[in-house]
Amino acid sequence: MSAVRVENLWKRYGKVEAVKGISFEVKEGEFAVLLGPSGCGKTTTLRCIAGLELPNDGKIYFDNDDVTPLSPAARNIAFVFQLYALYPHLSVYDNIAFPLRAEGMPKEEVRRRVDEVVRLLQIQDLLRLKPRKLTSGQKQRVALGRAIVRRPRVFLLDEPLSNIDAKLREVTRGELKKLQKSIGATTIYVTHDQVEAMTMADKIVVMNFGDIQQIGSPHEVYHYPANLFVARFIGSPGMNFIPGEIHQRERLGILLDGDSFIPLENEQAKAVEKSKATVSKVVVGIRPENILVVPEEKALVRGEVYVFEPLGAQNVVTFRVGTHLVKALLPGDVFFKVGERAGLGFREVRIFNAQDQKLIA
Amino acid sequence: MAKLSIHNLVKKFGKKVAVSELSLEVEGGKITVLLGPTGAGKTTTLRCVAGLEKADHGTITIDGVVVNDIPPKDRDVAFVFQNFSLYPRYTVFENIASPLRIRGFSREEMEKKVKEVAGFLHIDHLLDRKPIFISGGEMQRVAIARALVRNPKVFLLDEPLTNLDAKIREEMRTELKRLQGEMAATFFYATPDQAEALSMADTIAIINHGHLVQVGTPAEIYQKPRNLFVADFVGSPGMNFVPAVFSGETLQVGPGYFPLPLLLPMVQACREKNVSECFLGVRPEDILLSFETKQGFYPAVVEVVEPLGVLQIVRLRLDGHTLRVRSEENARFSPGEKVFFGFKEGKIYLFDRKTEERIW
Repeated sequence: MSAVRVENLWKRYGKVEAVKGISFEVKEGEFAVLLGPSGCGKTTTLRCIAGLELPNDGKIYFDNDDVTPLSPAARNIAFVFQLYALYPHLSVYDNIAFPLRAEGMPKEEVRRRVDEVVRLLQIQDLLRLKPRKLTSGQKQRVALGRAIVRRPRVFLLDEPLSNIDAKLREVTRGELKKLQKSIGATTIYVTHDQVEAMTMADKIVVMNFGDIQQIGSPHEVYHYPANLFVARFIGSPGMNFIPGEIHQRERLGILLDGDSFIPLENEQAKAVEKSKATVSKVVVGIRPENILVVPEEKALVRGEVYVFEPLGAQNVVTFRVGTHLVKALLPGDVFFKVGERAGLGFREVRIFNAQDQKLIA
Repeated sequence: MAKLSIHNLVKKFGKKVAVSELSLEVEGGKITVLLGPTGAGKTTTLRCVAGLEKADHGTITIDGVVVNDIPPKDRDVAFVFQNFSLYPRYTVFENIASPLRIRGFSREEMEKKVKEVAGFLHIDHLLDRKPIFISGGEMQRVAIARALVRNPKVFLLDEPLTNLDAKIREEMRTELKRLQGEMAATFFYATPDQAEALSMADTIAIINHGHLVQVGTPAEIYQKPRNLFVADFVGSPGMNFVPAVFSGETLQVGPGYFPLPLLLPMVQACREKNVSECFLGVRPEDILLSFETKQGFYPAVVEVVEPLGVLQIVRLRLDGHTLRVRSEENARFSPGEKVFFGFKEGKIYLFDRKTEERIW
């Protein structure tokens, strides 16, 4: 397996700039996810890495080899569109052996290579079965086996789970992550589903409008989103935003629309203090899971229940706070009626510059 | 806010029974969600109510009037399709206003109503545009607005949010529910998405293979699933199931793994129903994890950790089975690590392995 490096990649279709000079690296054995809404340029980027699209500018390296001029076949990649598409009339063994035989590899060598993959994926007992006898998890292993048996330098996956139902997708996520780690495959995975990105990735590359918005671990993009776009895109429901101003009382803090004051502490206070000279208007971001219902006297803000949405283990409660709507993710045993009032506290807030929408602290 | 009653509805296509003796009360002014997997009979049921399919059997009553023989246009229902279509040459405003125009509303009334509903669905800035200049998600909202703009007796919504991006879907869920509440409209809403059903419904009707499986409030469906199918279908991540055998007063979980002592009423329920082979069911949020062994905790190995922000899903390997556990992110587990798990008091379920019905 190889490391992958994308340098200053540009792709235009006529006047439309699909990818605007992006650069990122994927280490050997790393699971990287290109995440963004439809039209953000993630699939185009993947297709450039695969060699299915020719970039207008920029370079793509596998380790230190410049593969930009190479055809898809010469790049030695595995491009997986679907994790369940197997040849129904072939046994598991023959499915995995298929790409090697197609290359005309000698029989003994085919056997050796298939055996190795089969051991890695622990599917020794399934070799004689036809795909219809397999569970979905087993099918996925076989499909992966067929992809890695050629020993590709990198795995490219384009929304492989988007066409399967929600239940199966949940199971597959964990399986895929485990398999990826066990075979140490360098993987670049494209999706618009932030849950897939969060749960599987070592590194998330968040894209929008052909540009990279942030590169980071799931922990980083979730806790320290680089800007309002990332903050809203990551998490379900996405982060809440309330406009405010930097304000000095006994402590430095943010004066929210509607007169509530959020005092800041430590590092966050320092960072806001530093930006005070250039920034006055800010946006306070609060994740729904960081909103708590607290007694009136301890409340930072007060809200009136606008919509109540149970989700089983948790409930989403939308509060009207002043003129803003704020979603809170509360435990499944906390119930509210529309119109009820409650005091709210915040566990972790992020402060963004209202002007350029970037994270301050 | 009309009431809709479906009594003994049967619909066949050739030999295939799409809907089988379905009876359901859709309360006026409430959201009733028909929840089930693809091919369960949801769309067919809605189409029978709309009059787009003729029922082979049974009666459909809207506001006390049997509508079986009333043509679709006279039933006074609005239908929102999953695959909607807009008039390409009309502006968004004209598209939304079209049901009002046919009914002879004045220009002012149309303006007022269209603006109101467009505001609710966050498309008021698009009113002058033609459909080709708006995104797919926006088009879907225009289609919903067109249905909501008049006040029919019943709204029939067939997976109206399925084709939207996850982010917009989430927002629309909230807005649709709010709008329905303000209009006190009767919603009969079909979806395969359990989160949509739980979050929006007053009543959920679960359908599978054309049969109603369970009808109840979201809390009832989640906390008291009638059988294995409902327990598995509702909740994300879904309930964990481990095969078990009941003997004496304990449950041998995953024969040979560990004995789980049961509370007396559970023992009685098992005896009454003469159960031996069953499934132990437990929801991911009802499993506790610990690094050290404790009373009532059992060992397992961490297989995968899936971070979700403040929460994470920890998958445990338990011999041949996987247990998914929802935990807080500050508890740091790593793959391969040995941990101990226990069940929250009173939060386990038992299902008969033969009938798949819930015993407890």
